[in-house]
Amino acid sequence: MLTIPRALYDKIVAHARADHPDEACGVIAGPAGSDRPERFIAMMNAERSPTFYRFDSAEQFRVWREMDDNDEEPVVIYHSHTATEAYPSRTDISYASEPQAHYVLVSTRDEDTTEFRSFRITDGVVTEEPVTVVE
Amino acid sequence: MAIEVRIPTILRTYTDGAKQVEGTGSTLGELFTDLEQRHGGLRERLVDNGGGLRRFVNVYLKGEDIRFLDGLETAVSDGDEVTILPAVAGG
Repeated sequence: MLTIPRALYDKIVAHARADHPDEACGVIAGPAGSDRPERFIAMMNAERSPTFYRFDSAEQFRVWREMDDNDEEPVVIYHSHTATEAYPSRTDISYASEPQAHYVLVSTRDEDTTEFRSFRITDGVVTEEPVTVVE
Repeated sequence: MAIEVRIPTILRTYTDGAKQVEGTGSTLGELFTDLEQRHGGLRERLVDNGGGLRRFVNVYLKGEDIRFLDGLETAVSDGDEVTILPAVAGG
């Protein structure tokens, strides 16, 4: 299960809405081993594409180094789908490489309602999990 | 002296959990071949069948993405720091 503070949930949705129709992506860092998302980091989508995303490799290096120095890990890795449902695509599954992370998918295909779902992706197997938003 | 290599979580199964290992070589390609002798299976996760860098990983030499250097042909020397990270991407 993903437990996420309301303020961070809102930041993910706002980022996804702001970058629509391109995909938005980012990370929420938290203390290593805690499973608590705490520090929101919006990442550039180096692809600037409505159908694909990729972290800019230089930015990723800086952010990962910073997390390492702070004893943090990526607790949440999020990205948006802008025309399809909030479910991991085949490419998402083949790239998924942080087995401890919650992979959050947001769909902005509908202007009024946002789909927000969370998944574990381990060895190519996708498992959806409930999302609890805490105030 | 040797070359320090930082290993991401997902590849630590090949390094007995170590976050950092050391190796030698005059290029990154040689370094990975050297690492393979002590950390069997690691090289295959980094290098594809054609001998190029796999698209699922980023390798950095002193913070520079080696795709913008000479890839696996990039020269390395003692004391250099190499960082491996999984590429984060999808559709």
